[in-house]
Amino acid sequence: MSAEEIRKVFMILLKYLVPTLKVFGFTLLYSIPLGMIVALLKMCRVKLISWITNIYILIMRGTPLMLQIIVAYYAVPMLKQSENLPGFLNNMLSAVNIQDESFMFNAVIVAFTLNYAAYFAEIFRGGIESIPKGQYEAAASLSMNKLQTFFHVILPQVVKRVVPASANEIITLVKDTSLANVVAYAEITMKAKQQMQNYSSLIPLFIAGLFYFVLAMILTVISASVEKKLNYYK
Amino acid sequence: MAMLEVKNLSKSFGSTEVLKDISFTVEKGEVWAIIGPSGSGKSTLLRCINQLEKASGGEIKVCGKDMLIKNEKGKTVYAPPSVLRDIRLNIGLVFQNFNLFPHMNVLRNITEAPVRVLKKNRSEAEKTAMELLGKMGLSDKAKAYPCELSGGQQQRVSIARALALNPEMLFFDEPTSALDPELTGEILKVIKELAAEGMTMVIVTHEMGFARDVADHILFMEGGVIADEGTPEKLFGENASERTKQFLQRFKNN
Ligand SMILES: Nc1ncnc2c1ncn2[C@@H]1O[C@H](COP(=O)(O)OP(=O)(O)OP(=O)(O)O)[C@@H](O)[C@H]1O
Ligand SMILES: [Mg+2]
Repeated sequence: MSAEEIRKVFMILLKYLVPTLKVFGFTLLYSIPLGMIVALLKMCRVKLISWITNIYILIMRGTPLMLQIIVAYYAVPMLKQSENLPGFLNNMLSAVNIQDESFMFNAVIVAFTLNYAAYFAEIFRGGIESIPKGQYEAAASLSMNKLQTFFHVILPQVVKRVVPASANEIITLVKDTSLANVVAYAEITMKAKQQMQNYSSLIPLFIAGLFYFVLAMILTVISASVEKKLNYYK
Repeated sequence: MAMLEVKNLSKSFGSTEVLKDISFTVEKGEVWAIIGPSGSGKSTLLRCINQLEKASGGEIKVCGKDMLIKNEKGKTVYAPPSVLRDIRLNIGLVFQNFNLFPHMNVLRNITEAPVRVLKKNRSEAEKTAMELLGKMGLSDKAKAYPCELSGGQQQRVSIARALALNPEMLFFDEPTSALDPELTGEILKVIKELAAEGMTMVIVTHEMGFARDVADHILFMEGGVIADEGTPEKLFGENASERTKQFLQRFKNN
């Protein structure tokens, strides 16, 4: 490939960095709070709730994300074809317009969010359970209520403990966004593959790899500095 | 005036009875020490009164307010949540291993509850906190984090934290057991000062000399019951039960 061609490919891929980052950003935005909720549900004293939550986590972690993306994408059109579904499900399905431009993006985000929430949930649960009982008892002896205890005593300590593991997950997510190309979501990896075929050259793939690498490095630096910031206490 | 009335209190964990038929009354300004071998139920007793454990039976009255009562059917029931919360504010608790909040500096540890629970404004709460820190000899540590303090300093902060809610009564569960021997003195000194100010206190301790010095009344617990009780003169004198003498003998030997 000539230098000019490489530059052209670079610019194309740079443009498709945006959809890649969109999947990354929205997945984080939804899966971190959802993961927190799932973690709390799993620790719920009502056995049925923690049991159902556990099944959800097991399925999300036990099956490939790529498969989940395919399911999320094809589930709605497939179900729409089938007859005698319960009424509420029909209503829900008819509310989804599969012709809509954003449908593919939404399906991808649903799959990523549900998958990553399961991973975050396990990290958060580990963090919450690692807080000594004495912290709850000290808060209780000071007459703090459950919410005050959780938000002001427990959560800040959990954040510090889950940052390293969460950072790992977040870096993995950057690379996992490439899985969205399985439903032809136009992001960097898909475009790089097309350009590879265009030019019969591997260089577009290396450029795509470079993009991921730089993103991963940026995240590594950020997470190291966050960890350092949180080191003001032991 | 009775600050704490415990009547026939019992507590079981599953099928093991840890407290059996405990009764005593602490008057305002009194200092009580609870002594006894490990596993005798001393902590459990404090924790039941502090609502950290649920009692199985009996009655508890704090500052004249019913916390745990027997209803008409003879069943043991707790007061409604709002009353329980009120009662809890009357009692400060100091733990063996401090349980300070590690992510908050000393000042914040002390002001957190006054600000969030009593809705005091922060500057007022900080003023009180600084006074308490001065009393504890820790004025220069307001901005330090717990991990930067010695065990003795941490324990003094935790006493200040409990006092910041202005409780009527202070409970200590082995306040010096987690400390190096050379640091126990500073805590015992603070407790003696509080006693001199007329603070009502219940102290679980293995420091027999201290119990003898500071307490008006001593409970000797064993196997979940009050095995002996009385003034320090009685428990440390000839009129103590044989069992008490035996127990105290062990401390003389080491
Ligand atoms: N949460 C619990 N579940 C089951 N058993 C418990 C629990 N907490 C305490 N116990 C039991 O209750 C008994 C009394 O315990 P407690 O901690 O009150 O003793 P203690 O007098 O404070 O002992 P120590 O001097 O070692 O602190 C012990 O036999 C203990 O094993
Ligand atoms: Mg104990």
